[in-house]
Amino acid sequence: MRSKTQQGLLRFLSLVVDSIRDLAPIVIVVAFFQLAVLQQPIPNIGGILTGLLFVLAGLTLFIQGLEMGLFPIGEAMANALARKGSLFWLLAFAFALGFGTTAAEPALIAVVAEAAKVAAAAGVVEQTAAAQADYAFYLRGTVAFSVGAALVLGVFRILKGWPIQYLIIGGYLCVVALTFFAPENIIGIAYDSGGVTTSTITVPLVTALGVGLATTIRGRNPMIDGFGLIAFASLSPMIFVMLFGMLWSALS
Amino acid sequence: MEILSHLFWTALAAGRDVLPIAVVLFGFQFLVIRKPLAHLRTIIIGFVYVVIGLTFFLVGLEQALFPLGELMAKQLTDPVFIHGAGAAGAIAEAVRWQDYYWVYLFAAAVGFAATIAEPSLIAVAIKANQVSGGAVGIWGLRIAVAIGVAVGVSLGTFRIVTGTPLHYYIAAGYVIVIIQTMRANRAIIPLAYDSGGVTTSTVTVPLVTALGLGLATTISGRSPLLDGFGLIAFASLFPMITVMGYAQFGEWLRNRRRRKEEAKEV
Repeated sequence: MRSKTQQGLLRFLSLVVDSIRDLAPIVIVVAFFQLAVLQQPIPNIGGILTGLLFVLAGLTLFIQGLEMGLFPIGEAMANALARKGSLFWLLAFAFALGFGTTAAEPALIAVVAEAAKVAAAAGVVEQTAAAQADYAFYLRGTVAFSVGAALVLGVFRILKGWPIQYLIIGGYLCVVALTFFAPENIIGIAYDSGGVTTSTITVPLVTALGVGLATTIRGRNPMIDGFGLIAFASLSPMIFVMLFGMLWSALS
Repeated sequence: MEILSHLFWTALAAGRDVLPIAVVLFGFQFLVIRKPLAHLRTIIIGFVYVVIGLTFFLVGLEQALFPLGELMAKQLTDPVFIHGAGAAGAIAEAVRWQDYYWVYLFAAAVGFAATIAEPSLIAVAIKANQVSGGAVGIWGLRIAVAIGVAVGVSLGTFRIVTGTPLHYYIAAGYVIVIIQTMRANRAIIPLAYDSGGVTTSTVTVPLVTALGLGLATTISGRSPLLDGFGLIAFASLFPMITVMGYAQFGEWLRNRRRRKEEAKEV
């Protein structure tokens, strides 16, 4: 019989091996292009090796924490809110989760700052720092609101059991149609903003929320109804950001 | 010592990112649900693991991968590397897209490899594997998504080099998605749509953005502000196509095997 600590150690080791396998491709690609294609030595090899050890340790811990913390709490809350039977609180939770996680997202803060520069270069925002900060702030609020609204719609879809494709394809048709009307300087940013809203911590939580809801509600299939929240969260910012760009140009 | 202070500041930043999530979760838990959480201790330890893990992951990436990746993106898009040292000045005006083959290959390789290392995709793959009772393989899904990102980013760099409008590609991609949606198994569709949004987080975005900016800066007539964007959109569109394709391919294989067996029995 193995002791409990031995079992824990073995499990931890297998997690480390998994992480090595996850990271091997990127290390190979970078090394190959640097050594074989560009034919340059690898600079600062000691620092890079320490960095890789950090990445390895970090990924292992993250995956461990995912199954201990993020997945269970997402499912537990979905479960508890579904049993409480209050539509209002369930939707309020979905909105708060989407809005709260997006407003603080560092990738989004970087993108809106860049967007303000683009807008200033295009002449729709004044060249002053204050005007650009204003623009960035409103844009960030718009994206955060759009993610909150997306999760509300997505959760509502799970409750009703609507097929996802009509909503998503309808949304994409909206995106394509808006592309023809939105000012050119906002389009690239709008398309990219869909990608930056879904961070490493939000994705597992939102997935667990959807799957948890679809498991708790009778008549819902977690595979068909549980997934899809992330799709809503990455689609709706595109629509809202283009609308924002049109509105901003119309008003200024 | 520098790396220690870097760790500290990144930990603070990661803590700040988790704060709104924790406020929402625990706020609803204590104010609305008002029932004790089972395994609260394990969950809190799990959260601490997530924050520490993400901190080390990000610091390590910034230390090891991003500077090198950005440097390589710059070197690969450098006109001297692409046209050879002597010809650089002469050809600078006429861009031949064929000359950029190493860029397309690098884009595809980095897109694929970064997606395999993406923690949020691992999370979704684990969940999909659990929920589907093993029908969706963890590695099958991850490789399908990674191929999608590889094709997407590679095509995105081709677009920047040729300077063709972004929305032609995106609209064509959506048409393919719509056709596949009509034909694919109902159970894979939501997962395929989700995998578009999952791919673009911690690892992929900085590497891919560096490549796009490098290209847009070195090719004359491209503006880094207008043309540097859009690679992320490609990286989130094509995984939808490959994930549905992965399911359709699996189904096609099963059908073919069944038909062969039936043929044998007859």
